[in-house]
This record gives sequence, structure tokens and C-alpha cells, in this order.
Amino acid sequence: MADGGKKLSIVCFSGDFDRAIAVFTLASGAAAVGYRVNLFFTFWGLDIVKAKTGRSFTGRGLLARSFGFLMGGRLNLPLSRFNFLGLSPRLLTGLMRKRNVATLDELIDASRALKVNFYACEMAMQIMGLTRTDLVPDVQEILGVAKFLELADGGQVLFI
Amino acid sequence: MNVRRLDISLDHCPMTFVKTKLEMEKLAPGDRLEVLLTEGEPLDNVPKSAREQGFTVLSVEPVGGGIHRVTIANG
Repeated sequence: MADGGKKLSIVCFSGDFDRAIAVFTLASGAAAVGYRVNLFFTFWGLDIVKAKTGRSFTGRGLLARSFGFLMGGRLNLPLSRFNFLGLSPRLLTGLMRKRNVATLDELIDASRALKVNFYACEMAMQIMGLTRTDLVPDVQEILGVAKFLELADGGQVLFI
Repeated sequence: MNVRRLDISLDHCPMTFVKTKLEMEKLAPGDRLEVLLTEGEPLDNVPKSAREQGFTVLSVEPVGGGIHRVTIANG
């Protein structure tokens, strides 16, 4: 991916399963056709890039740790509609496999393989009491708004 | 010259592009990649995307059943 070429930057605000699929479908697809892709994880979206993928008391401080537990981690992302206590994302993943459509895990792996850039929001991490070590190693930098805008400059920006 | 082969005729977007891109990255100069894909979006856009990324599309030929073979070369 050449710098100065086509570029897509996505603000990954949502921690919903289906929106995460949208994020990584766009990210991997764009990277595959030659875009430089930047993913900026903030607020609920940070749940997708936590190192602990299951439900855990991640974070510093009682309230932050409670939030961390309630958010549930990447393996417990809820569907934005008809979540049915977490049953629907599993059913949807089964349906995707059956129909030969890439699952969320496969889309994330594809994004990694295609060198999509992962960034995390410094402010949201502060609120949730998260540190660099709470996130997956794919997150290459913790950023503020100014740096994100600099990275996104001249390309397309989406908010999901 | 090595010839790699990839069948994405059962895949859907974005994995059609993802798998092709990952295979194209493995091509040394002069190597070729033969991709089996379906009509519609893969046939319209996989060759186009390969050209845009500096690869050469040597041929696009139907092989039956709505499947096409696209031969891509590095260089």
C-alpha cells in the first residue's frame, strides 16, 4: 500500500457485532484493492481490540473494571438488534459459515494480513481505565483527535 | 516462472479480493496467478483491481458454468 494513494479511515465507535462486521468488511476489502486503511477504535469499539477476548474485569478502578466486564470482550459483542442474550451473534456466525461468507474472526485476520492500521483513542482509554497492555499488539499507536485527522487527511472517513 | 492457482468461485466479497491480493503478494517477477471466479462483481472487479495495483491481466476466459479463469502476471 503506497502512501499518498487511496486511503480509508474508519472511526470504530460501536461495539456491536454487526457493526464490527461492517468495519472489517470495509477494511479488508479496501486494503485488498490497494487502499491504505486506518481503524481508529474509540469508546465501545475498544472492546473489539482488547487483549482479553472474553468477559473480564479489564481496566483500572472499580467503575472502569465493571464497565469492562459488562462490555464483554470481542467474543461477546452483541448484535445491534435481536441480540437475544448473545445467542444471535452465534447463530449469525453459523449462518455466515454455511453461506460461505467470511466470519468476523476471518475478516479481522484478513485485515491483519493486509496490514490494516489499528489505532486506539487515548481519551476513551483514559475513561475506561485501559492501558496499552490491555489491547492486542495489532494496535500500533494510541492517538488523539489531531493525529487521527492528520492520518485521515486526504482520504475517505467513515464513522461506524 | 511459477504458476499459482486460486479458486474463489465459492467466495463472496470481500474475501474474493482479499484472497486474490494475498496470492498476488506472493508472486515473484514473472510469476503468474490463475484465478477461478464467478461472473458479476468478482469478474468485473478482481481484474480491474489487479491492474490498478500494477499487475498485468494476461487473459480472461470462460471455463463453463459461469466460471471464468483470470490469469494475472507480476510484471
